[in-house]
Amino acid sequence: MAVKTILQAINEALDQSMEKDDSVVVYGEDVGFEGGVFRTTAGLQKKYGEGRVFDTPIAEAAIVGSAIGMAVNGLKPVVELQFSGFSLPGYNQVVTHAARFRNRSRGKYNLPMVVRMPYGGGVRALEHHSESLETLYAHIPGLKLVIPSTPYDAKGLMMAAINDPDPVIFMEPKRIYRAFKQDIPEEPYEVEIGKARIVKEGKDVTIIAWGALVREVEKAMKQVTDIDAEIIDLRTIAPMDTETIVNSIKKTGRVLIVHEAYKSFGPAAEIISRINEEAFYYLEAAPKRLTGFDVTIPLPKGEHHFIIDPKQIAYELKKLMAEKA
Amino acid sequence: MLFEEFDPLKGEMLQILDKNGNIVNDKLVPKIKKETLMKMYKTMVLGRIADVKAVQFQRQGRMLTYAPNHGQEAAQLGSIAAMDDDDWLVLAFRELNAMLYKGVTLEQSYLYWYGNEMGSKYDENVKVLPINVPIGSQINHAAGIAYASKLKGTKEVTIAYIGDGGTSHGEFHEGMSFAAAYDLPMIVVIQNNQWAISTPRKKAIKSKTLAQKAIGYGIPGIQVDGNDPLAMYLAVEKARERASKGEGPTLIEAVTYRMGPHTTSDNPKLYREDKEVDEWAKKDPLIRFKKYLIDKKYWSNKKDEELQEASKKEVLEAFKKVEKTGLVDLEDIFKYTYEKLTPNLKKQLNAYKEYLNEEGAK
Ligand SMILES: Cc1ncc(C[n+]2csc(CCOP(=O)(O)OP(=O)(O)O)c2C)c(N)n1
Ligand SMILES: [Mg+2]
Repeated sequence: MAVKTILQAINEALDQSMEKDDSVVVYGEDVGFEGGVFRTTAGLQKKYGEGRVFDTPIAEAAIVGSAIGMAVNGLKPVVELQFSGFSLPGYNQVVTHAARFRNRSRGKYNLPMVVRMPYGGGVRALEHHSESLETLYAHIPGLKLVIPSTPYDAKGLMMAAINDPDPVIFMEPKRIYRAFKQDIPEEPYEVEIGKARIVKEGKDVTIIAWGALVREVEKAMKQVTDIDAEIIDLRTIAPMDTETIVNSIKKTGRVLIVHEAYKSFGPAAEIISRINEEAFYYLEAAPKRLTGFDVTIPLPKGEHHFIIDPKQIAYELKKLMAEKA
Repeated sequence: MLFEEFDPLKGEMLQILDKNGNIVNDKLVPKIKKETLMKMYKTMVLGRIADVKAVQFQRQGRMLTYAPNHGQEAAQLGSIAAMDDDDWLVLAFRELNAMLYKGVTLEQSYLYWYGNEMGSKYDENVKVLPINVPIGSQINHAAGIAYASKLKGTKEVTIAYIGDGGTSHGEFHEGMSFAAAYDLPMIVVIQNNQWAISTPRKKAIKSKTLAQKAIGYGIPGIQVDGNDPLAMYLAVEKARERASKGEGPTLIEAVTYRMGPHTTSDNPKLYREDKEVDEWAKKDPLIRFKKYLIDKKYWSNKKDEELQEASKKEVLEAFKKVEKTGLVDLEDIFKYTYEKLTPNLKKQLNAYKEYLNEEGAK
């Protein structure tokens, strides 16, 4: 075991995957020599050479599009888009090609590729550096969307993503890249994609979150000791682990979903629909969501209005518990 | 013609004022009014001080992330000064000097980097688009503005800026193709500062010059000493003449250097040698410009000292005002989403206000 941050865990996952499998390549803007603007890929170019770890021109369509070609031709590319807000010039390639190659070729071509991108707010950053764009990726058939919230999961999910036969969008909660450490196995391991994690079992209410918000939920629960909440870390947004969610609702009858992504048409809307479809008669109160407002995420001097904090979570939770069917 | 004289394929670069402030190309010295030269110089001094101070403020925890311009002042001021008052300026994000010259106030600029959207709300008559962070995308906006100018039959010309790294982006290529196809009145200045964050220009881009990319679009391209304000002025003056006559866009590569970090979150020591920075320090645009003005008897060391003092004061005062602005009002993050607040947004805003009422401020 070794004590690691999320950032170090991802670095280790990349390192061990590259060590084990020569077909894994890692590239993106400033990824090679410098090791990425967050230093997530630090040391990899030195160890594996410029052929397998390299800096690209500023060209996201080329980064994603070339990954498709590499995946077709026997490599396992893991590309970095510097911030999720800058993933959009590559979005065309993701949506019109990466998501469709398997279907288009009726299974002849599949794409074992990973598109990494730091995401989320609360880091007092410039415009386009704070977005939570889960909705844009989760909506598209053929894509998997994975978001870790702990170092253990970050390593295991990344190793699973690299070995996954389909394209995986891997969003990294940059606000907690270095926020805390966890003792994780030194040897390679995988965490199954498509499976949620029950952070804490409980009987009164289900709270669903992912990424940096999981910790905020945990902090909130330290403030409300009289409610026994079941906390679910979704970990994979798509394809979603509906079973874990539904089983939990059947037990608790109440649900609060917390995400920083914009509210309208967002992930919580989909989760609530599934709950309605599969556990409607178990509900004791209307499902609740606490999300980003439907406004462009503000620059730092207004960001506090937008960022969800534990006090807000506790407040919504109390309101939810007070509701009677 | 200037653009035929300096062939980017042959590696020819336009320079008029060398690094020591001596005229090396007598017959090309552009006729610039004293008043204009002095405005360029005063903006350069203010821009430099504002830039150095912004980094200091950031280090003191009083400013958020900032992208320094240090070293690139002439590339911006030589070019913007050759434009008309009525022309449009389309920004990337490292053009503080061009912004100041064009009427954006220092306070507004600082407010933006301080993390407040109000810093992008320039005065009514200032024809400058807000800072544009997604690399390359601004070139398409510039093309649209230029198309509208042409269709409406106005005399406006649009000048847009981009970095060396940005010329690799698909959006740059699309915008240039579009502008060239319709002979749009547009000038694109590439600030080739040799680096795109940690990636050296030479490693990311195969072509010998960036100016030669123009050839593929069927328009003129020229490489200019970007630390020479006179050469930059001349190139843009000629490009503007072309644009005005309906001859289409021009691509200008300003060869310069980013003396500071990419932004205050960046540590250049990880990827470049001090030796390289020291070499470029000798080519500082301020040094040569000041000498030129003194040689011309437009300026003196004594006046310069006074200007330095006055500019420092101006910078400190602007920042003091910015520091007093505090946080952004809650309403402000909602009310610019659409022309009118939608029922959905009203509901979200009111629910949040109720929360604040019950639980107190965040
Ligand atoms: C589409 C897009 N991708 C990535 C980024 C992140 N990024 C910000 S600045 C920069 C480098 C820009 O280099 P260059 O164009 O040379 O301009 P400079 O910073 O040197 O002024 C990158 C990659 C971005 N802003 N937009
Ligand atoms: Mg550059």
